Amino acid sequence: MINLEESFQPGRKGFFTDTSICIGCKACEVACKEWNRNPADSTWQLSDSSYDNTTHLGADTWRHVAFVEQGRERIEQARQSGRQLVNLGMPGVRTEAATNVDVTPPDTPDFRWLMASDVCKHCTHAGCLDVCPTGALFRSEFGTVVVQADVCNGCGTCVAGCPFGVIERRKDGLVEPKTNRDFTAGEQAPTPHVGVAQKCTLCYDRLVDGLEPACAKTCPTTSIKFGEHADLTEQARERVRQLHAQGLTEARLYGANPNSGVGGTGSVFLLLDEPEVYGLPPDPRVPTADLPHMFDRASLAAVGMIAGVVLAFFTGRRRR
Amino acid sequence: MANADCIVIQGSNMAECHPVGFQWVSEAKARGARIIHVDPRFTRTSAVADKHISIRVGSDIVLLGALINHVLSNEKWFREYVLAFTNASALVNEDFRDTEDLDGLFSGYDPATGRYDNASWSYRLKSGDDESTANEPQQGPGMGDQFGAAGPVAVDGTRGDGLCRDEIETDETLQHPFTVFQILKRHFARYTPDLVQQMCGISEADFDYLARSITENSGRDRTTCFAYAVGWTQHTMGAQFIRTAAILQLLLGNMGRPGGGIMALRGHASIQGSTDIPTLFNLLPGYLPMPMVTAGTLTDYLDGIASPAQKGYWANAEAYVVNLLKAWWGDAATADNDWAYDYLPRLTGPHGTYQTVAAMLDGTVDGYFVLGQNPAVGSAHGRLQRLGMAKLKWLVVRDLALIESATWWKDGPEIQSGELRTEDIETEVFFMPAATHVEKAGTFTQTQRMVQWRHQALQPPGDAQSELDFFYELGLRIREKLAGSDDPRDRPLLDLTWNYPLDEHGNPDSAAVLQEINGRFRTGDKAGQPLSSYAEMRTDGSTEGGCWIYTGIYAGGVNQAARRPARTGHDPVNPDWAWVWPADRRLLYNRASADAEGRPWSERKRYVWWDSEQGRWTGDDVPDFPATLAPDARPGPEATGPAALSGLDAFIMQADGKGWLYAPRGLVDGPLPAHYEAQESPVRNTVYDQQRSPARVTLARPDNLSAPSDDDPGANVYPYMFTTYRLTEHHTAGGMSRWLPYLSELQPEMFCEISPELAAEVGIEPYGWATLISPRAAIEAKCLVTDRMRPLVVNGRTVHQIGLPYHWGVGGEQAVVSGDSANDLLGVVMDPNVLIQESKVGSCAIVAGRRPRGRARLELVAEYRRRAGVTVDTGMRPIDVERGEHAMRQDRLEAERVNADDPWVVPDDEQGGER
Repeated sequence: MINLEESFQPGRKGFFTDTSICIGCKACEVACKEWNRNPADSTWQLSDSSYDNTTHLGADTWRHVAFVEQGRERIEQARQSGRQLVNLGMPGVRTEAATNVDVTPPDTPDFRWLMASDVCKHCTHAGCLDVCPTGALFRSEFGTVVVQADVCNGCGTCVAGCPFGVIERRKDGLVEPKTNRDFTAGEQAPTPHVGVAQKCTLCYDRLVDGLEPACAKTCPTTSIKFGEHADLTEQARERVRQLHAQGLTEARLYGANPNSGVGGTGSVFLLLDEPEVYGLPPDPRVPTADLPHMFDRASLAAVGMIAGVVLAFFTGRRRR
Repeated sequence: MANADCIVIQGSNMAECHPVGFQWVSEAKARGARIIHVDPRFTRTSAVADKHISIRVGSDIVLLGALINHVLSNEKWFREYVLAFTNASALVNEDFRDTEDLDGLFSGYDPATGRYDNASWSYRLKSGDDESTANEPQQGPGMGDQFGAAGPVAVDGTRGDGLCRDEIETDETLQHPFTVFQILKRHFARYTPDLVQQMCGISEADFDYLARSITENSGRDRTTCFAYAVGWTQHTMGAQFIRTAAILQLLLGNMGRPGGGIMALRGHASIQGSTDIPTLFNLLPGYLPMPMVTAGTLTDYLDGIASPAQKGYWANAEAYVVNLLKAWWGDAATADNDWAYDYLPRLTGPHGTYQTVAAMLDGTVDGYFVLGQNPAVGSAHGRLQRLGMAKLKWLVVRDLALIESATWWKDGPEIQSGELRTEDIETEVFFMPAATHVEKAGTFTQTQRMVQWRHQALQPPGDAQSELDFFYELGLRIREKLAGSDDPRDRPLLDLTWNYPLDEHGNPDSAAVLQEINGRFRTGDKAGQPLSSYAEMRTDGSTEGGCWIYTGIYAGGVNQAARRPARTGHDPVNPDWAWVWPADRRLLYNRASADAEGRPWSERKRYVWWDSEQGRWTGDDVPDFPATLAPDARPGPEATGPAALSGLDAFIMQADGKGWLYAPRGLVDGPLPAHYEAQESPVRNTVYDQQRSPARVTLARPDNLSAPSDDDPGANVYPYMFTTYRLTEHHTAGGMSRWLPYLSELQPEMFCEISPELAAEVGIEPYGWATLISPRAAIEAKCLVTDRMRPLVVNGRTVHQIGLPYHWGVGGEQAVVSGDSANDLLGVVMDPNVLIQESKVGSCAIVAGRRPRGRARLELVAEYRRRAGVTVDTGMRPIDVERGEHAMRQDRLEAERVNADDPWVVPDDEQGGER
């Protein structure tokens, strides 16, 4: 059903977020809010989740850094499950590479602290885009999925349509076009786009000017990389090979599989544990994935029904 | 750092506090370097390091000393490097006695003053004189007013050349018992892996990993780099922590080489710049000392800095001083008036931050400018800071927002507790809005001494001004008021060169200030043209320059700091990016990157080398050495200044041209590092009988009390060690972050970090509230109970450490988030070399629940003090063991052991502990 050309179409832009070199500085979160003028979204209390106080992606938070503290047992499990992925011929790690991989694990540390910057996946088959009744969501020339705030009527259908829980409606703020940047220095700028669906645009307004997204620009360790989706996916695979060669078999890719339930994602991640550990769905599936089947079945049913009616008509006549 | 093969980050949480600089560590790691993080906590730096080694706060000298011992006793030191470039072979004065001989003290200690006379630490001279007899340090009544080994050597005599290599007795075989090398060996012999386990809580396996990592990654082919920050400096032994690392790096041959060195990670942007062109009380620009009141004439002052007869670049100090005075006072500075030397203020003693606060409390300070800091939250012992400010006549706070230092008089903790009443406070407080860094042009100087120009993005809003605008205007107004005055004391102000070109907004042009700093020719053909090197500075008034080490930053009339070529690929040097002082040298002392003959130590680590065909030094960087001085040059004793340097004197700013394994002077608390416990510590110092640094600077006052240490009576009232630190999300005392929603939401509340074991011991729930009590204050914090904090077993006893970020404060108008300030827990006790406060270690109690409000909070603190028996004398004795007492104690311990064998004999010292 999925074809590779769709996932790797030329010109498709995306992110590769390599969580193995993330230092959890959250500069991506701040740069994103600064550029997009998204409001703070806080109760001003600790969220009781390590150093993570934004907790999830939403209408106001388009980059979110997860912090996960783990002990030795969990690290061993992660290493084991990653190794199994290799043995199963995990997409992205080619089998010939896998045979060269030295899978002797290094000393398992007693403790580790995972950090990972999450973002909209910009799916090949985007649920939000598929279900939007107004056409507010569109596929851009960069292969990204973007909301047009002035078209969105705030119906919220897309919120249920996203298998990652990324898109949300903005609760408060002011309705104002973003082009209006004449705010007073030293004062909190008004919040744009209240009441309509909001999510990462992969900095569409920066891309059209030839700039890279704010988060990737600000990331000090290049944990967030921006570029051609096809190149990044190859880079990501190479990085997994490299880490496996060091015995870090817990490394695996997320979103790089064009045969997944969303046809692969424009934002590819290198994770060091199961996706669930980071709060990511293990097997995301676009809700409209079954639509062709459903149409097939519905057509079959319709044909059957018509046939039945016709049959009934004729048999009835014969009986009479 | 990107060129290192192994990076040890210790005393720093680099990934969190220097995330942008950490890109070079990330790059090194991507190229295969091993990253080790030694820290009391598992932090975001540990998370991306190859290994985290947990250490007890304040025990770093034990660990580094044991590494030195390991390197020496296992013959892992870099022999050719050590022989060529260090003072290993120098002989030390025969009067010198080490801590080994004097039970934890060096020779020259005066228990009455708590200070060392460093005469016996000096080198042995061929003439038979010890250099010290010729050189009495220029010293005032206080401490911390001296200058380090790399700075000018402060001497008062006529000869500053006592350290001339040719006059020092040496033994190149390193066998003489008084060679630096042998002294080093004896001194560090007791620093063993076993001691590391006992005192630092580091296992032998972890020590072995660390020792192997640094030794395998040092030598001709590989280099190891250390990085530290205030985790090393903010101790009573701060300067000595860094000295220990310096000795280790010299022994391993990692100084002056690519991927080597010791990176001093500065606290925030341009802290390096603010020591180069200083905000420090004891320095003038370019590390020239601020004159003491005793230096009556320019000649006295210059004699105190250096002698023209000495070796190296300090010999030209007169030119640097004259050029500075000409830059400041222009035509008013003439040969006849000693270049206006008398216009400079004089020091009467140490006037550091904390001495100044004490003077405020004593009512002898009238006014206080607070710029770019928030002492009510960010300085140690916040209460002392706030009470001090309440005694001022006037206070000026310049900041982006109404920070706690501007509002303590109406909403500070002392107002809440009723200690202070607003209507009783006579301090007049002025708040001046300040421009942010994007609203002004200027420079940032970072840890590599790289000066980077920063362009103005937009005009500051409203009345906000840059520091340059503010002080320029203040100067104009003061001069206007003084106009026509014939009082001589007004001349320094009226004669100042205060004529900067203004931009279209009427503000002075910051590039013009940089040009003044760079310096220019005043007369001759080139009059008005910028100097290109400090070698062009003259002593006859024909040139001027505001900071000699920055000369060249405007060479050719071009702002060199604004150079920003695109970076392509990995270039180990990036020689065209911005400008690095001195003379655009990227790597200091880089002569040491080549061997004695001037050849690269290895192809892999080639950097600067001697080109014998051209007869000059060449390489990837500007050589930090006289360009045509051959490796085999050995000038005679009659040569002076730079010409006296030999081809092996890689450390060109040192008076003997050598890297100092042993510091014959420059430090006031010992020529070698020795481990002492912090002012407050639940742990007994088992390295020496001396518990605390004997030369530390205390401030014994009823409002600055210390907790008992070790197992002294009352020490168990404050049983836990705490340390303070910063988070990525906030900026120091919060002035630049707690007023910003985007940053505040990322870390909204004050918290402490404790281990699950400690949480269980005191009954604290994860994310519940706790109250922390020290002899100074009680604060409350939410608790992050985490495996990132691990209890350590030290001297057979479990030691819990509590982590406290210090970003929050109480009061502060319109702050998005606020909370109790960790720095309120701290007392003030200082390192004697630089007067930095010991804010990385303290003792406290922790109990579940929120703190009491109002006056009850003070009562809680007082109750704990009573229980511990804390008095103004607690922990304030300079030395813990009188001479002879040690022997008595040994006898007593022996007797106790005998008694313990005999169940019928009751020990006569039931109390124990009292010392």
